[in-house]
Amino acid sequence: MSPTANRKEASASYSKFYDEMHLPDGSVRPYYAGYQKWLDGVSAERMARKRQEADALFHRFGITFAVYGEEEGAERLIPFDVIPRIIPADEWQKLAAGLRQRIKALNAFIADIYHDQEIIKAGKIPPEQVLSNAQYRPEMQGVDVPNGIYAAIAGVDIVRAGAGEFYVLEDNLRVPSGVSYMIEDRRMMMRLFPELFNRHRVAPVEHYPDLLLDTLRSVAPKGVPDPNVVVLTPGSYNSAYFEHAFLAQQMGVELVEGQDLFVRDGQVFMRTTQGPQRVDVIYRRIDDDFLDPLAFRPDSMLGVPGLLNAYREGGVTLANAIGTGVADDKSIYPYVPDMVRFYLGEEPLLNNVPTYMLRKPDDLAYVLEHLPELVVKEVHGAGGYGMLVGPASTKAEIEAFRERIIASPEKYIAQPTLALSTCPTFVDAGIAPRHIDLRPFVLSGNEVRFVPGGLTRVALKDGSLVVNSSQGGGTKDTWVLEA
Amino acid sequence: MLSRTADHLYWMSRYVERAENLARLLDVNNRMSLMPQSEREVERMWIATLDSIGLLDAYHQRHEEVTPNDVLRFMTLDRDNPGSIFSCLRSARENAHAVRGTLTSELWEITNATWLKLRSYSLDQMDVDGAEQFFEWVKMRSHQSRGCTFGTMMRDDSTSFLRLGTFVERADNTARLLDVKYRFISEAPRRDEAGEYYQWSALLHCVSAFEIYRRVYRDQITPTRVAELLVLRQDMPRSLAYCMDEAYGWLQRVANQRSRETERRVGELASQLRFGRVEDVFKGGLHSFLTTFITRVNDLGNRIASDFLVPITS
Repeated sequence: MSPTANRKEASASYSKFYDEMHLPDGSVRPYYAGYQKWLDGVSAERMARKRQEADALFHRFGITFAVYGEEEGAERLIPFDVIPRIIPADEWQKLAAGLRQRIKALNAFIADIYHDQEIIKAGKIPPEQVLSNAQYRPEMQGVDVPNGIYAAIAGVDIVRAGAGEFYVLEDNLRVPSGVSYMIEDRRMMMRLFPELFNRHRVAPVEHYPDLLLDTLRSVAPKGVPDPNVVVLTPGSYNSAYFEHAFLAQQMGVELVEGQDLFVRDGQVFMRTTQGPQRVDVIYRRIDDDFLDPLAFRPDSMLGVPGLLNAYREGGVTLANAIGTGVADDKSIYPYVPDMVRFYLGEEPLLNNVPTYMLRKPDDLAYVLEHLPELVVKEVHGAGGYGMLVGPASTKAEIEAFRERIIASPEKYIAQPTLALSTCPTFVDAGIAPRHIDLRPFVLSGNEVRFVPGGLTRVALKDGSLVVNSSQGGGTKDTWVLEA
Repeated sequence: MLSRTADHLYWMSRYVERAENLARLLDVNNRMSLMPQSEREVERMWIATLDSIGLLDAYHQRHEEVTPNDVLRFMTLDRDNPGSIFSCLRSARENAHAVRGTLTSELWEITNATWLKLRSYSLDQMDVDGAEQFFEWVKMRSHQSRGCTFGTMMRDDSTSFLRLGTFVERADNTARLLDVKYRFISEAPRRDEAGEYYQWSALLHCVSAFEIYRRVYRDQITPTRVAELLVLRQDMPRSLAYCMDEAYGWLQRVANQRSRETERRVGELASQLRFGRVEDVFKGGLHSFLTTFITRVNDLGNRIASDFLVPITS
């Protein structure tokens, strides 16, 4: 059976949402034509075999993640889908311009908040939204960081909805992950289907670690001629450990744990077999709370005592900076378009999703009346935990959530349920549409840079809108086709 | 190099080497169990073996009788025995995982693939295939790991610590192996020349030295020559002399300000073996010589840890 034999039935469901590959009438979008032609010549058996091959290779390479709460040593694959998500060059150009603008504004916002707070003085954002936010770090007030860059690495979650317009769902400015899967998915795709890359001009992504290293070096403390960069990981049992090791290896820098570092005379050193060696830039993959047991959580075994002071004195750069969470918090998100206008004097190029803030009585009343249609998220939640997807939930689930909202409305925001776009995906039943999102990774140093595309995550369950890997999501290779 | 990275590399290769030598030791015993002899003799052999690697008490906590089958199970796939081949290769993989970025992807994949295969290996499968095949597999994976280290790893500190771990472990293991076999044969209740020949030749097979012995001595197998080969020969890659020579060389490559005394001690030990005579080895008895050697290697391991590896405090 050809995997597209049931295309006619499928076209019915394709038409319900914006499909990345198909027009509503079931025909193929021009930039997928080459792929479709290739796909027509491939049997379902071969696709299934290739998918198995990919799984076996990912296991052998150890490209796995540990799942919280599962038995020690249990490691899972993030399912990899063999059908690529294609973005045409002109769409990517628009996205890229929007991302550049948005990240510049967000960095300007963080710098402003930790200095003069002009945006609050101008009345654009209520002060309590910022200053009482758990992610606001008073320790950072008045601290200058190199180049004024706070979020050197950002992972912006973008979805396509409705008639095809893009929306930003979340700005991840703390320790966004997933970039290693972007690169490994590309390598896997080239290994499984080399012939596809002869037929398409796919923009390369594998130089991301080069750009990352360049970016990290460009935010080193002033006056350091040859900065020593390290990647700081919580350790090999962390769910994203593979990525930490991968990035350190690809950049050719040391992968360190907190116990490998110490602070002396306002500078950070790592313990080596030849004695202490100075560290200038720390690409840290540890949350603020765990960075320094003297300043934040005293029970943290992952951090480095005295790191905050060394950082505040400019002895070392942290990427990302401490306190970036104040800008990617879900309660701050609604103000990002205003930030773009305020700092850059431009109209935002990327859409925000309309957001109800449940601390506002009017919004709360509306949301409580419309729960079955809405998505409700915890302001401080992440990873797809602690959220309600109204249309996909039972009455009982909705009622249970309603009580949680009423108990502390300020902890929640709500958004309309977006009709996320779909992309054909190879599942057990054959090729079927599944909802997807996109996480491009934006690097800010001397300039804003990125590799074309990003990580496409796919909700493998039929009808599901949750793409997080912790919730059964998979990934796809993402192709930006060069014109 | 980070001290912690060096620590993981050093222990990764020690555990791989230990697993290989366990496979060698169990293999030779397993073959000897098949020889015509009394059950008592077989039991005596396994007890001596467990004792030599310090696992006799741990074994007795789990099993009452010492039977070849139970010992094999205990020493191969028993997950709760920290000294089993299973546990060694799990530790090797855990150490490799912690420094996977320092290893070449090939070396990491070999270590990981070994672990994945071992994890799915069942006792039933070993019964079907025979233990010999399992031991062959363990040795082969160790060869691959070492070959990959040679063929792909950069010759910087990472290789040095991997090799250092290999030779410190091998020196210890060869010494224990020789000791247990020598004592076993010399303490036999009655002499049996044919039996002794098989014991010694099995020992040589176990350390891949049977052909080497023939080529070097072109003569019958005697305990003195076996000891000379495994203790003093500079060109025998599993001998104590060779291991200490290598250990000295790799240690020199990573030397730091703290390691002078450690270098002196391993240098002294290597020279004594290099210029030693077999009569001197036997003068106070081979057992006493080997016991002293094992203690000195143990001291070397402790000194390497405090000079280079994860320090206790800053």
